[in-house]
Amino acid sequence: MWKLKSFLKPYWLWCLLAPLLMVIEVFMDLMQPTLMASIVNKGIMTNDLAHIVTTGLTMLGVAFIGVIGGAGCSIFSSIASQNFGNDLRIRLFEHTQSFSNQNLDRLKTGSLITRLTNDVVQLQTFVQMILRMFVRSPLLLIGSLVMAIRISPSLTLILLISVPLLFIILYVLIKLSFPLFAKMQVKLDGVNTVLQENISGIRVIKAFVRARQEKKRFDVANTEYTQTAIKAVRLMALNLPLMMLILNASIVAVLWFGGLQSWNYGLPVGDLIAFINYVTQLLMSMLMLSNALTFVSRAKVSADRVNEVLATTSEIIDAPSAKTDVIHNGRIKFNNVSFSYHKDDQHLVLREINFVAEPGETVAILGATGAGKSTLVSLIPRLYEVMSGSIMIDGTDVREMGLEHLRSRIGLVMQQTILFSGTIRDNIRYGRPDATAEEVEQAAITAEAHNFIIGLPQGYDTILGQRGVNLSGGQKQRLSIARALLIRPMILIMDDSTSALDAVTESRIKQMLKVQMRNSTNILITQRVSSVIDANRILILENGRIVAQGTHEELLLSSDVYRDIRQSQLKGEEAPYV
Amino acid sequence: MSSFNNHTPFSVPGRPGGFGGGPQGPGPGAGRGNIPKVRAKNRGATIKRVWAYLNRQRVGIILVYIFTVLNAVISLIGPYLLGKAIDTAVIPGDYARLVQFCLLLLGIYLLGSVVAWVQAYVMTAVSQNTVFELRRDLFAKYQQLPIQFFDTHANGELMSRATNDIENVSNSLNQSVTQLLNSLITLSGSLVIMLMLNIPLTIVAMLTIPLVLLSSRKISGLSRVYFKKQQQSLGELNGFIEEKVSGLKVVKQYRMEETEAGRFSMISGELNKAGIKAQIVSGIVGPVMNLINNLNFALIAGVGGLMAYHDLATVGVIVSLLNYSKQFGRPISELANQYNLIQSAIAGAERVFEIMDMPSEYGDEDDGELPRLSGKVVFQNVSFGYESDSLILKDVTFEAKSGEKIALVGPTGAGKTTIINLLTRFYEISAGAVYIDGRDIRQLDKNALRSQLGMVLQDAHVFAGTIRENIRFGRLDATDQEVEEAARLANVDGFITRLPQGYETILGTEGGNLSHGQRQLLTIARAILADPAILILDEATSSVDTRTEMHIQQAMTTLMKGRTSFVIAHRLSTIQDADRILVIQDGRVAEQGSHEQLLALQGVYHELYNSQFKRAIQSDDI
Repeated sequence: MWKLKSFLKPYWLWCLLAPLLMVIEVFMDLMQPTLMASIVNKGIMTNDLAHIVTTGLTMLGVAFIGVIGGAGCSIFSSIASQNFGNDLRIRLFEHTQSFSNQNLDRLKTGSLITRLTNDVVQLQTFVQMILRMFVRSPLLLIGSLVMAIRISPSLTLILLISVPLLFIILYVLIKLSFPLFAKMQVKLDGVNTVLQENISGIRVIKAFVRARQEKKRFDVANTEYTQTAIKAVRLMALNLPLMMLILNASIVAVLWFGGLQSWNYGLPVGDLIAFINYVTQLLMSMLMLSNALTFVSRAKVSADRVNEVLATTSEIIDAPSAKTDVIHNGRIKFNNVSFSYHKDDQHLVLREINFVAEPGETVAILGATGAGKSTLVSLIPRLYEVMSGSIMIDGTDVREMGLEHLRSRIGLVMQQTILFSGTIRDNIRYGRPDATAEEVEQAAITAEAHNFIIGLPQGYDTILGQRGVNLSGGQKQRLSIARALLIRPMILIMDDSTSALDAVTESRIKQMLKVQMRNSTNILITQRVSSVIDANRILILENGRIVAQGTHEELLLSSDVYRDIRQSQLKGEEAPYV
Repeated sequence: MSSFNNHTPFSVPGRPGGFGGGPQGPGPGAGRGNIPKVRAKNRGATIKRVWAYLNRQRVGIILVYIFTVLNAVISLIGPYLLGKAIDTAVIPGDYARLVQFCLLLLGIYLLGSVVAWVQAYVMTAVSQNTVFELRRDLFAKYQQLPIQFFDTHANGELMSRATNDIENVSNSLNQSVTQLLNSLITLSGSLVIMLMLNIPLTIVAMLTIPLVLLSSRKISGLSRVYFKKQQQSLGELNGFIEEKVSGLKVVKQYRMEETEAGRFSMISGELNKAGIKAQIVSGIVGPVMNLINNLNFALIAGVGGLMAYHDLATVGVIVSLLNYSKQFGRPISELANQYNLIQSAIAGAERVFEIMDMPSEYGDEDDGELPRLSGKVVFQNVSFGYESDSLILKDVTFEAKSGEKIALVGPTGAGKTTIINLLTRFYEISAGAVYIDGRDIRQLDKNALRSQLGMVLQDAHVFAGTIRENIRFGRLDATDQEVEEAARLANVDGFITRLPQGYETILGTEGGNLSHGQRQLLTIARAILADPAILILDEATSSVDTRTEMHIQQAMTTLMKGRTSFVIAHRLSTIQDADRILVIQDGRVAEQGSHEQLLALQGVYHELYNSQFKRAIQSDDI
């Protein structure tokens, strides 16, 4: 957890001032009961009017200084903790921007989001707590103890019993309730799982009329969670009454022994009252401290999660002397490329891939789901690193190029379309924010998106919701094609990116691309034989291997697999219509 | 920490809430993206409804009332007795009385703790059970809502209502219900006792109350503004994080890492500014109340001392009054502290009720079982639009005889899926009528209708559970043999038995460990098991590779035998053998007939067909 303290460094002054001001407040707080005792002892008991007035005024003055300390501490601790959180958050976000796909696969997007949001807030709150409570409570505790001993050392002995008792109770409760709270979290996950499934699978549930069954399932999860929660919360509910009992019993003890002392040893009544006040303050600050301690464990969890993110570094980085001006044509060559997501030979996703794609060519990759097609193309922009073999572009290994240079030459349209909130125009020119309106439109026209865009009431200025929720799948695909085209890539990779389009639209896009991208290297992943027929080269991928490559005609003659696939799509109709 | 200070007999000038200061900023509940609106719209009605939920636990809530009152009364008696003990036992030196008082106090405090515990014990069950019912009712409501609702709301938002919002309600129920009652009793109780003790001093103690009210109103007004700003910035920030982290692959691809980091630090900076202000303001609540408390302390001590000087008050009375005046001021500032919590709870409850009040899709039709349908489907002049001003389907008329295979083809967005949505009554038609076996489907029970429709959708949905359970989802009373037989028919038996756990293999949510094709085959097995009269295949094989598709095609041919079936497909190869092909264009049936008939027409279908096959065929001829 202490690793994160460096984020506080720029704010060391505030971090120093806040506790110092808190010290002032605590001292002022500690003086109040003594002043009060003085009013009682020297003022009321001896009928000294002047003393009452001056002490009363002193109390006011003390209170005023106290408020300055308190407010100051609050201001400085807020500044320090909020800035700490802000810096940490920005650092985390910048860091995640450098993550490779492998990093992302491991940390999981959802968990990463929680770490950037909840965990940072948790830590921020924790810093604030430290600067305020962790100074206040111990100080108040020690101060009260000192004051109490000053009034009556023998009465203070009562605390020797009550303080350890408080600790034991707290320890036992935390010990007992911790597993219950952990179990509660698990049961809550159960509730959320059923809920999530029902929301995303609602069509299926309605289609099969399974509402009753699902309600039962939810009832079970909900009941289990509620039962566990009741147990856990009830256990913790013991905490306060028990603590209060000890506190109050201590006060009664003070009253008892204090009463005896006041007769036998002349302990002034005012002192007795002050003593009771100090004991109360002491025990209360212990309660607060114990409560703050539970924060420590929560903050520890958050700190670990945040540190894990910071400790994760991308293995894909620029080489020391990365070349930045090497891609001029876009000739791609795969030399014996093998790849595994797990970095071992057991789970090879790609095995000894060899092929060449020349500028101006279209290379199509055909294969079953899970054959490794998407993996293959994601190696080209170095989204993943090859395990063995190499990928050369214009004769240079991609690992020796600057990432910026490499990726700026590649347009990749992914299978799963991701758009961002903002206008359609902003989405298309995401990769080139300085593109002119004409360029944006031209890209949209090529991607067959222009017509539907201008059909929208706001046209290019239509605002998309998160991930483009208000568009259909086919529309989203067309926008992401336009986005890739706008950066005028030398290498265009389309990963099954027309799957949601009907055949007519798809073939129109193909025609447009053929003209627009005639000088670039085109790589096309698809499942439709009809889309690969005029490719310069077709690679057939099966279980991570290229089992055949060649043109449509060559493959028809040489490859059973290709004929099979084609047959399955033509469905046995020999030239049904000419 | 609900009643932290409630029976502090002697509290010192300390912070009002006990916890160092005000709302600690956004808690864990204010997590991802969906932050509840800070302000509720219709407070009164919402509170009433939450109240009605609470009242279902009548015995519990009555017990809680009783114990809360007891608790408050006991915490009022404590300081009184303590003051009395000092006046009548300690100062005069009456040993017997001191013993009496000590025993009495001990007894009272013990009782107080027991009462506080019973109260918390019962309240835990009351609030948890209330939330349980709220959650159950919301879930049941989700099941009742029409598909349209799910199509127009983001999943994340619906989740957040059932989790974050309900969590907010639960947190606040646990604290605020008893807190409010307690505050009220403490407030009036302290006043009464103070008046009983000494009327002039009570008036002196009241002097600072306007100050408390004024400053807490000022501060809570300010903090509300800043907190609202903070929540807004936080929502924006969380949205940004969610979008850019889940879209990181795109960010990297276009090398926008630095730009995005810059944008992020701007948004984060906004949050930081708002956050610092909000925290400072709420952090000042404590010290200010402290100041007022101390002012009060000094006033009472000073005036009390004066009065004691003139024999108008005793030391014990002054001490008691000091404590009661604190008890009096505390509930007021505590309520100010709780303001944010209560506000967000009400806003949360409101969002939950908003959904519960939406019209459900069931209810008006004659409830009843349907005899096995023969599967004759007629669409007659059907028009429909998702929004009232733009029609998706215009005057669609066609007929499917029992057992026929009907294919729907046409460009994206032409209205194919809409036809299916109407047949299943996921949406209700605006004009015209749909008949099944001669009966208007609007007269049929939705559930009875749907249980005779089998659907295999593009998005193959798999639930967390075993493979066997997932297939059995189609028919709950199916035997193991029937499940396996369905899997065999769906060509999925082979791959299942090759898995180490076979049919008992547990699938994660969203079927994470299966490929899309495998999941699709499972859903086909599910449909086979359901044995529906009418079958609907909506792009069932679009994201499956063509060889797997061949398997699926075989399975589907088995499945379609003897049933009326509707098939939507992009690949025309899969529907050439349909009894009738409907070409949908711009929401109308542009052409209909068999494959050969339509080709002969030389129309839309002919063009579609050519775009997919022409080049394949040409190159074949070479």
